[in-house]
Parts: sequence; structure tokens; C-alpha cells
Amino acid sequence: MLGFALRRLLSTIPVLWIALTLCFFILRLAPGGPFDAERQLPERILANLRAHYNLDKPLLVQYWDYVSGVLMGDLGPSYITDDFTVVDLIAIGLPYTFILGGAAFALAILLGVFAGVIGALNQNNTSDYAIALVVMIGLIVPNFLLAPILQLLFGVSLGWLPVGGWGDGEISHLVLPVIILALPHVARISRLMRGSMIEVLGANYIRTARAKGIGARLMITRHAIKPALLPVVSYLGPAAGYLLTGSLVVESIFGLPGIGQYFINAALNRDYGMVLGTVIFYMVLIILLNLVVDLVYALLDPKVRAR
Amino acid sequence: MPTNRLSRFFPSLCAAAFAASAFMAAASPSAPVSAAMLNLHNGGDPASLDPHKVSGDWENRIVGDIFEGLTTEDVEAKPIAGQAESWTISDDGLVYTFKLRDNANWSDGQPVTAGDFVFAFQRIMNPATAAEYAYLQYPIKNAEAINSGAITDLGQLGVKAIDDKTLEITLEQPTPFFLGALTHYTAYPVPKHVVEVKGNEWVKIENIVVNGPYKPVEWIPGAHVTTTKNDLYYDVASLKIDGVKFFVLEDQSAALKRYRAGEFDILTAFPKDQYQWLQENHPGEARVAPFAGLYYYVFNHRKPPFDDARVRKALSMAINREVIGPQILGTGELPAYSWVPPGMANSGESAEVEWAEMPYPEKVEMAKSLIAEAGYGKDNPLKVTLRYNTSDNHKRVAVAITAMWKALGVEAKLFNSELKVHYAEIRKGEFDVARAGWLADYNDPVNFLDLLKGGTGNNYGAYSNPEFDKVMDQAAIETDQEKRAVLLTQAERIAMDDNAAAPIYFYLSENVVSPKIKGFEDNAFDIHRTRWLSKEE
Repeated sequence: MLGFALRRLLSTIPVLWIALTLCFFILRLAPGGPFDAERQLPERILANLRAHYNLDKPLLVQYWDYVSGVLMGDLGPSYITDDFTVVDLIAIGLPYTFILGGAAFALAILLGVFAGVIGALNQNNTSDYAIALVVMIGLIVPNFLLAPILQLLFGVSLGWLPVGGWGDGEISHLVLPVIILALPHVARISRLMRGSMIEVLGANYIRTARAKGIGARLMITRHAIKPALLPVVSYLGPAAGYLLTGSLVVESIFGLPGIGQYFINAALNRDYGMVLGTVIFYMVLIILLNLVVDLVYALLDPKVRAR
Repeated sequence: MPTNRLSRFFPSLCAAAFAASAFMAAASPSAPVSAAMLNLHNGGDPASLDPHKVSGDWENRIVGDIFEGLTTEDVEAKPIAGQAESWTISDDGLVYTFKLRDNANWSDGQPVTAGDFVFAFQRIMNPATAAEYAYLQYPIKNAEAINSGAITDLGQLGVKAIDDKTLEITLEQPTPFFLGALTHYTAYPVPKHVVEVKGNEWVKIENIVVNGPYKPVEWIPGAHVTTTKNDLYYDVASLKIDGVKFFVLEDQSAALKRYRAGEFDILTAFPKDQYQWLQENHPGEARVAPFAGLYYYVFNHRKPPFDDARVRKALSMAINREVIGPQILGTGELPAYSWVPPGMANSGESAEVEWAEMPYPEKVEMAKSLIAEAGYGKDNPLKVTLRYNTSDNHKRVAVAITAMWKALGVEAKLFNSELKVHYAEIRKGEFDVARAGWLADYNDPVNFLDLLKGGTGNNYGAYSNPEFDKVMDQAAIETDQEKRAVLLTQAERIAMDDNAAAPIYFYLSENVVSPKIKGFEDNAFDIHRTRWLSKEE
């Protein structure tokens, strides 16, 4: 098992290196640089800035310096948010992103599984269609449209919830952003769950259980839900990756701290250090999540482990 | 059976997610809660709290609340005594002697000394600091030479401490706006005793020592900066706001919703298309006032036919400026027929283009004949690509103006790119006509006229008229204020007669201020220090 995990981790190193290298050079090729703005800086001040950030050296030297820094765990300074290093910024934003993403992840699983089971048990009748309708709205209506609508309704008109901000971390501040983040995943999980539940309910062993006279509730909780969850689990890896890397839309509409907006703003500002830093962080996170999924599969299925 | 393992895995996964969120929610920092906290929508995320490392108006709002220069802004953003209680100016206008307040202290209790100012000015000019805005203090003797590395001895800078509370600043040449320039964050002192010990870490929230009315207590990048009263500030007794929360939020619609829900007291921007709604539903709260800024189109003088004065004149004349502010943008920006915004200090008569008062249909007719004279017609239409940086407002203006040009038979194409690319490309000369804008750094016409000086970086269109440059150089050494103002008007006249670029409108400051907030005065620099505000419950 350990060997399997180690092998998987080692095989990701070239992937990380290639992605980092591509990203490094493509960024430099993009027109505009970190110090281009409406106001042209005098040439001597630009020269001071370039020297300060090592940008005056040949590109290959910069690349070498950067990669050696990364190997030592130093992602360098942010060119735009001067008071923090890239590592500082990620460390500050991460807890917020993880709270939001983690809560949305949990909500998506609970609601999605629940809605899927209800849908499957009431296949093709009113409650199934009602759930399908709500779920489809969650999937189809983009979050940048739904978020302002919910803000207007619950924040401005009804005054039940704060419109935005983190406040002092109260649950009320989390409700709207977590719902917005979770909705599309609730939709996908409930469709997956409904489909696999219907399949399981038609399986022979369920028929056997029924024939033995087991109660409906016991049959579902003890025998049907567990196997029906399998396809949902395979979806959880990418879903977690998506939710835990932050969301620009949710962060910027609700004015929340988090690494989603750092990434986009860094790209727009040509904050080379910050873009590369977040890219490395995302890659590592996604690779780890995929590894977790693989390990879970290995735990579940000895055939995978043997390979 | 796999499901058994899964059943063990699944609940623990959920539990872990919940536990993580609960733990982190409990661990998240909390800010002081107070009734007289000002909740300010501040727009962008500050790059730094170090006054030598910032450049944006959203940073100025924070940094200007926590530091104070020799002079500072009054409620109308005019310079008044700050850390200096008085000063004298030598007859030749070159030597300023400042007397610092006896009760000017740092927030750690150390006195603010002339040495702190000397240290700060040397630090911002030191090339190693790489301060973006250092050039604003180039009027100081040897500042430019030190910043460019021509002089390496920082002691040569024209800023000297006579004693602990007396500071002498010597200038390169008389500079009528210098007291105003000293209100700027590039002229703030930094605490020598802290910077020397902590280095670049001095500005971290746990280390920072300030001398302004407020001191920062919390900064969460991407969310907010919180300040609270600085009890050691000399005028702390008159502060009515206990502290400020500067919120990061670039989405203006979301900010407006939070204002409506009472979460913000002041918005520093709002979506233009909501102006009418605001006027109807929150009368008097949306504050729109003339702002020292110019919105203009640059002609690329490097490239025919835009090096042809007739073509530039025709394109500029055909812009119906009267409809842009009121109808296209909806907030009523003032049409610009001259280069320097009205009401700038030290300015004389405004030099409007000579066709400013002409009725619009006549302008169009004249523009048509100019285009024809320049050799363009039905078979040979003038083709123009209009570049702008991506933004709804710029797009609206660009669409309207290309429609106006169409009436002249001009075939115009629109091309937009994000801000960084836009400015990088137009500096290289990769455009025909391009959108640009300028907001005043200091209250003097030179700040705008420098945009048209030959060989300067902000002269995107590479306009070059030796006559213009000569008059500007004369103005730079003129010590008589009135004569200087006349020279500046003369320079502006030359550029406008050349139609060097097409001024379109003068900016407006756009704030939304809750009726609870008192003491907010609209002014041409859109600077509203918290010191002058109060909040009623």
C-alpha cells in the first residue's frame, strides 16, 4: 500500500515540473508585465523594480533561481501585494477557502445523496420531478446570476442574512456563499445517486431481501444506499478539487477572502510569482486528492492494488 | 465487500469536513465591534501599508489615515498643517523650513523627529527601495539624481534635520505645488527606529508603528483592513469615528447591495447604470462631483494619417462631447474641450480648442471637409482602429464615438484588451487611436501638460512639438506665479491647436454616502480623511 502511494507520488514529479516550466515561460510570453499601468513609470524606477524582483536577469537564470527556490519551499514574493510572500498569502487565504469549500462539499454530499434517494424511491412521480426541477435549476443557472438574486432576496429585501463579507466568521455569513458553491454539486450528486439507486433497487439481492420480508427503511439504509454510493465517490475527487481551490465568482461577489481571487487577480496583474505559486499549490492539491481517490479505490478493490 | 469499507470511509469523510470547518471557524480572527466604526467599501486590495510602496487611491485611503506628512489634507483636500505646525519659505522659493509639533508622536510613544523625515525621504529615493511613486518628490534637490543612481550618497538629498523638531527642505527649482505634494503619501515619515530594526518586516501588522489619526489592527488580504483610533495622535480628542473597516470588494453591484442592507456606510464607486435608480430611491446619497481627471483619446503621431493635423482635428471635432456624460454614461461627466481640468490650482485661463463653441452640425460639416482635404473620400475611406482597455464604460463611449465618426465616412473598428496589455501595447505605438485617462497626482496643470511633453513615458501618442516643450521648460523655471500660469496656458493652447490628442470628458468622483455620515465634502481630489467624518446612529 505504502509502495503504491510512493510510486504514485514519484510519478507526479515530472508532471509538476513540466507544468511549472510551461507556466513560467508562457506567463513571460504574455503581453504586458507586472509594472505596466496607466502611469508609465520612469525608466530608472522600472529598472529599480526589475532589479528588486530579479526580473533584470536573463530568463533562464530567473527560471533557475525560481525552481531552486521552489525546491527549498520558497515561492518568492508577490509582485503586487508587496507586504506578503506568496506562501504567506496562500496560508492566509487557505483557511477561508477550506472552510467554504469544506462546508459546501459536506452540504453537497448530504443534500445530493438525500435528494437522489428520494428521487429514486419515488421514481417518475411528482416528488421525483419536483426534485429534478430544483436540481436542474441549480445546475443550469450560473452562480454569478443566482448569487446576486439570493443576495437581493435574503440580504436586502428580507434582511435575514448578511449580503456579503466574512463578518467575524458567523455561520450566517457562510449560508449564501456555501449554498451557491454547493448547488451545482448537489445537482450532479443527486443525479448520480438517483441513477445508481434505481439500478441497485432492481438488483437480485434487494429482491431477495424484500422476499424475506425486510422493512423498506431497513432495506434502504442497510442494503441499498451503500452500493449505490460508489459512483458518487468517484465524483467526489474532482468535486473536492473544484471546491477546495476557491471560487473567484463567489469570493468576489460576496467579498470573501480566499485563494480563488488571488489566482485570477494575479493573472490579470501579471503577478508572476503569485500565479506560479497558486498553480503549484493547485497542482499539488489536485494530485493529492486524486491520490486519495486512488487509495480509496485500492482499499475497496484489491485488483487496483495489485496493479 | 467494498461497501463495508466505504461505509466506514464515508461518514468519517463528512465528519472530517465538518470538524475542519468548525475548527477553522473558531480559529478565525475577530475584529473589534463598535457603533462608531466606519464601514467603507474600498474597492481593491492594498498592495502594502508601507507609504513608499503604494500607488492606488484605495491604498491612499488607508495609508493616509494611518500616517501623516508635514502637511495634510483638510476636509476639502487642501493642504493644512500636519506633523509640522508651521513653516517658512525663503524668498527665492527654494528653501522650506518646517517646525514639527512638540506632541507629534509615533504610536509606540516615540516622538516623531526631523530625523524620521530625513530617513523617509532618503529611503523613498534610494534605488534599492524601488518606490514606484518616488518621482512625485523629484522637486526636492538631488532627489532625481539619487533615485536614478547618479548620486549614491543619500546625504546629498535636499532634506536636512536642523534639530529634532526642525526640518529643512531645499528644492531644485521653485515649485508652487510643493506644500500640496507634501500631503502625498510619498512624503510621509516612516519610523526610523522600527524600520532599522525590523527591515521589510516593519510593516507587518504586529510590527507597524504609525503617526496618523488611526492605526491598523488587522489585515486579511482579499477581505479587509481594520483600523482603530491612535491614542497618541495629537488631535485624537476630536476624532469622532472610532475606527474604519476598509472592505475589499471590486464588484460594484455587490457593494451597492451591501450598502442597501446597511453593511457599508460609504461606497467609493457605484455602477453607472444604477445612478438614476440611486437618485430616485436614495435621494442625495449618490454624490457626483467634478474630479481632477481627464478622459481622452490618444492619436498615434508616429503613424500616418494620424500625423496629419487635419485628420486629428476632424476626428476630435466629430466627437459630440455634450451627449457622452449625460446620455452615454448617464452620470453627467463634463465635456472636455481643453486639457487641464477646471479648478486646478496655479492655473490661468483655460485654453479650449478654438472650435469648442461651434454648433455640432457645423463641426461635422467642417470635419467632413477636413477629411476630404486630407485625401479621404467614398472610394478611399479613412480606416481607424480604436483601442480601449476592457470595461463596459469604455466600450459604451467607444461605440458612440465610432458611430459619430461613421457620419464622416470613417470606417472604425473597435479593439479591446485588458488594462496591462492595453498600456503595454500603446506605449509601443501599436495603435491608431487609443483610450487613455489621467487622474491628478498633485494640484497643478503641469501634471496634465506633462502627458504631452516630447519623449516622456506617458506621452503614448508620441506627440512632439518643440514649441510646446520650450514653453513648458520656461514655465518650469519661472518664479512668478502669474507669469508661470500664462506660460502654462500658452503651452496648453499650442497642444490644443495641434489637436495633439482628443480630450473627451473630465472625470467625476462617484461616492455613495449614507445619511448617517456627516462631514463628507465633495472635492476635486476625492480625498476624504476619516478624521473629518462622524457617524450618527
